[in-house]
Amino acid sequence: MSILVVAEHDNAQLSANTRKVLGAARELNTEVHLLVMGHGCAAVSEQGCRLDGVGRVLLADDALYQHQLAEPCAALVSRLATQYRHVLAPATTFGKDVLPRAAALLGVGMVADVVEVESEDTFVRPIYAGNALARVQSLDPVTLLTVRPTAFDPVAEGGEPAPVETVAAVAVDNSSRFVGDELSASERPELTSARVVVSGGRGLGSKEQFALLEQLADKLGAAVGASRAAVDAGLADNDQQVGQTGKIVAPELYIAVGISGAIQHLAGIKDAKIIVAINKDEDAPIFEMADYGLVADLFEVLPELIEKL
Amino acid sequence: MKVLVTVKRVIDYHVRVRVRADGSDVDLNNVKMAANPFCEIAVEEAVRMKEKGWVSEIVAVSVGPAEASEQLRAALALGADSAILVETTGSAEPLTVARLLAALCERENPDLVLMGKQSIDTDHNQAGQMLAALNGWPQATFASAIERDGDELRVTREVDGGLRTQSLVPPAVITTDLRLNEPRFASLPNIMKAKQKPLKTLTPDELGVTPEQHVRLLGVSEPPARKAGIRVADVAELVNKLKNEAKVIP
Repeated sequence: MSILVVAEHDNAQLSANTRKVLGAARELNTEVHLLVMGHGCAAVSEQGCRLDGVGRVLLADDALYQHQLAEPCAALVSRLATQYRHVLAPATTFGKDVLPRAAALLGVGMVADVVEVESEDTFVRPIYAGNALARVQSLDPVTLLTVRPTAFDPVAEGGEPAPVETVAAVAVDNSSRFVGDELSASERPELTSARVVVSGGRGLGSKEQFALLEQLADKLGAAVGASRAAVDAGLADNDQQVGQTGKIVAPELYIAVGISGAIQHLAGIKDAKIIVAINKDEDAPIFEMADYGLVADLFEVLPELIEKL
Repeated sequence: MKVLVTVKRVIDYHVRVRVRADGSDVDLNNVKMAANPFCEIAVEEAVRMKEKGWVSEIVAVSVGPAEASEQLRAALALGADSAILVETTGSAEPLTVARLLAALCERENPDLVLMGKQSIDTDHNQAGQMLAALNGWPQATFASAIERDGDELRVTREVDGGLRTQSLVPPAVITTDLRLNEPRFASLPNIMKAKQKPLKTLTPDELGVTPEQHVRLLGVSEPPARKAGIRVADVAELVNKLKNEAKVIP
């Protein structure tokens, strides 16, 4: 039986995360259908049908799905799911919102945040802030999974575009209403897919000083992240938080500046290829994780680093 | 409005867990336990709603072992009016927790269920969404602000890329994110008073729910260790290493 992948998009652009979920789906080695739920989102199905491994795109284009609220999306996913062996979505705020709701509607369990596909029913997922890895087996006839995007390679564009089939909306009795979005504007790369991430902690002191990091990021073409302490202190936005309860990143280079390295933060950066830590406290736990550590006052070394790059 | 707020007993978030030698699970013997941090935020929010006069009654609920009554007593000391422990042995799956809570909702008739967005042990982030589905209620996950707007609740949610605001008509389920509030500490007199507040224990049987297994734990392992790093003396050495050794910058 085939796999249904739930696409993440903003009605115009398919997210990079979806291509990584398709990468995970490929490891299950059966036919993949991509479900696009949205409104005025024909462009997204157009992008999806060209991706490697996608055998069919199911397009549910209806005002009901404009903002991809959990209630209507989960209703449609659970309606379609019975025809599939697996249903996959990215472990992002969208996937985490929708998929557990769909699972409960189906009366099945769910495996969250999968980092490894071992077989059709066996998966590996991190627990305890990534301090342990659990091997779990799904016992349900249809297996619902959210996939950690940073753990899988994205699929490329394939050859022949796959057929697009229209799917009817499933009406729901919903007393939840979209009011508005307040998205952070950034010219920089997206945090979870950036090749280089520069992150700051409370050590940066103020919002003005946090801007030093942005200069460093611009030099490196990097995304800017933050520790929880920096976000709580108002130095950075909520959606910049890296860690167990924020975003999980796996860039080639992660530079942690003024971050002590709480377990919760380390959970979000464990899979970075190279970690650099700059901190004046030589006992900071971040140094245990760092490939290159520099014990120094960040205000002295940051300008020098920006200049030398 | 009546609020049901959930509290899970988990390993204290400062503790670094160890995997058991036989790889069957993590070792929780003699480890400090506490209330899940997101649940503390949920309790705090329920108490603040009561202080604002939106809420008339708070029922704290935990699904877990007998010892979870400690976390319920703490919630009572913070302002919950009564508590219910649904006593289970072993770790209940999110869908089972959601079924137990759905059965409790039928008995208690709350207008709102406040839950943490995830527990820091299993990191599932599922039970709230599942409960909303079983009850046929709307959900607002990852809440960082809750306001009242007439008969509706206006919830700001932390989503990838920024913030999203949604309006819900109760009954509803809301799950809390970190920045919703800063939980308070219980005062000694309130801790003493909490001992007099009602705390009843129910079994899954009494709620008519038979726990089912949907996901089997096959084993737990340590994540692969990173190889030891080095200290560099200055910025010049750092840049040199990044360029020539790690080759991550041009």
